[in-house]
Amino acid sequence: MMTPLTSTKPASVWVTNAVFIGRGIRLSLRNVEALIMAIMLPVMLMLLFTYVFGGAIDPSGNYVNYVVPGIILLCAGFGSSSTAVVVAEDMTNGIIDRFRTMPIRCLSVVTGHVVASLARNLFATGVVIAVALLVGFRPSANLLAWLGALGIIVLFIFAFTWLFAAIGLVTGSPSSASGYGFILLFLPYLSSAFVPIETMPSWLRGVANNQPITPVIEAIRGLLNGTSTPTNVWLAIGWCLAILLASILWSVIAFRRKAGRR
Amino acid sequence: MGQYAIEVKGLRKKFGNQIVLNGIDLKVPQGTIYALLGPNGAGKTTLIHILSTLVAPDEGSVHVSGYDIRTEKNLVKHAISLTGQFAAVDEMLTGEENLRMICRLSGLTTAESRVRSSQLLHHFDLTASGRKRVKTYSGGMRRRLDLAISLVTSRSILFLDEPTTGLDTISRRALWDIILQLRNQGITIFLTTQYLEEADQLADTVAVITDGRVVATGTPEELKSRVGEEVIELRNLKDEVIRTIPTSGTVHDMGQTLHELSHTVPKDTRVSIRKPSMDDVFLALTTTTIKELEGISS
Repeated sequence: MMTPLTSTKPASVWVTNAVFIGRGIRLSLRNVEALIMAIMLPVMLMLLFTYVFGGAIDPSGNYVNYVVPGIILLCAGFGSSSTAVVVAEDMTNGIIDRFRTMPIRCLSVVTGHVVASLARNLFATGVVIAVALLVGFRPSANLLAWLGALGIIVLFIFAFTWLFAAIGLVTGSPSSASGYGFILLFLPYLSSAFVPIETMPSWLRGVANNQPITPVIEAIRGLLNGTSTPTNVWLAIGWCLAILLASILWSVIAFRRKAGRR
Repeated sequence: MGQYAIEVKGLRKKFGNQIVLNGIDLKVPQGTIYALLGPNGAGKTTLIHILSTLVAPDEGSVHVSGYDIRTEKNLVKHAISLTGQFAAVDEMLTGEENLRMICRLSGLTTAESRVRSSQLLHHFDLTASGRKRVKTYSGGMRRRLDLAISLVTSRSILFLDEPTTGLDTISRRALWDIILQLRNQGITIFLTTQYLEEADQLADTVAVITDGRVVATGTPEELKSRVGEEVIELRNLKDEVIRTIPTSGTVHDMGQTLHELSHTVPKDTRVSIRKPSMDDVFLALTTTTIKELEGISS
């Protein structure tokens, strides 16, 4: 008969995090439909906005330089929204009860999904940039500006992934998680991502100017095209950090509450 | 406290206005199998969730492995392992990956995890499917993997919530064998079941629970004896059971019962005598409770 091992010290926080990050990445790689979508969507959107809409919006043919940041954020938003679904799935599965009854830091389950989402979305961002360069995207950014833009993108992905994780924790079922998550995906359309805000009716300008996507778009676009203003950059960072902190807090509270009553 | 793996006194739990556990007292000696037998909605899963630290109780004291589940949660977690009602495994991972993940989380190194996983896969007859995703496993294989995961490190108490629900007879019997072997190694097993036969086959002690209260506790034999030594079963011509009557099994009692019956049932009714099953125990115990309750309310 199998003899159980003598008691071992449970895994440290670092090992726990590493194990759950590995799990998150593995699960991402095995969700083939989502993975194909994550690669195809950036390609399709890039081609659609450049060749189909681009000519109408900006006949000069320069639209690609305008639209790249918007497509990066649209894809990042889409890519992180699947975190809501996987987190909700985890919460409704028997396995979460096993994790919770182990002497480990259990919120790492969510951290694992967040890091996996970051990896997925950075890959998708890479695809967007590669396709953009192929269809004529010519950024004037130097290395520092590139790093700045990338930093803001990472921060944005982190913030929205945690937000979606919180939504997944609160909604309690994968299908409703995906439903609520969908609403957020419309935010980029109501910003300066695809058309200048000046072209919108005045009542909508108020919305577009005061929502987080606009400063983030403006900051990334500015950094890539060499027209950045420090105000936009700080505003973008501020918005992302605020969303990030609020979402982490929301997740922690939702996770605790879920643990207390079921 | 020492000799009991689990000790519960006056446990109550409400979800909103619904009383789920209404004053539970129980003691589980170390190294025994304790079966909580009851219908759906009796409070079995809630009780197991409280004992395994997932849910906090409203009232009462609960000690698991000698530790208070409110104040010494983390020490309790070191002593227990829970297998929930739906197999607690990751469907998109392979059996081996599931095991290794839990090994790593239990503090084993990568190399130790590899060795331990393959030992456990071998022991639970899962080596051939170790590299396949759990999604493709049968119900019995999932449950075996589930138990294998529970044994990654030494846990003195295993909680199994309806371990054989949805399994076919062969898988169920295989699982029973494993559970008995674990008990023989000194592990305390606390399981819930809806199957009377399961409690009868496995348990050292059975507690019958209904509507959040334990209505009877004892060995399977003791509970059976509560409904008499023998059961007289009456069948009609279509061979349908029309009545069961518990008796002490003596010539005198049975003679008297049959004599009375001969005046009240059709002459061609057939009689047989058998040992009581857990079904009889369960029906007898739960119907008495209902009668008692009706008596109180009227």
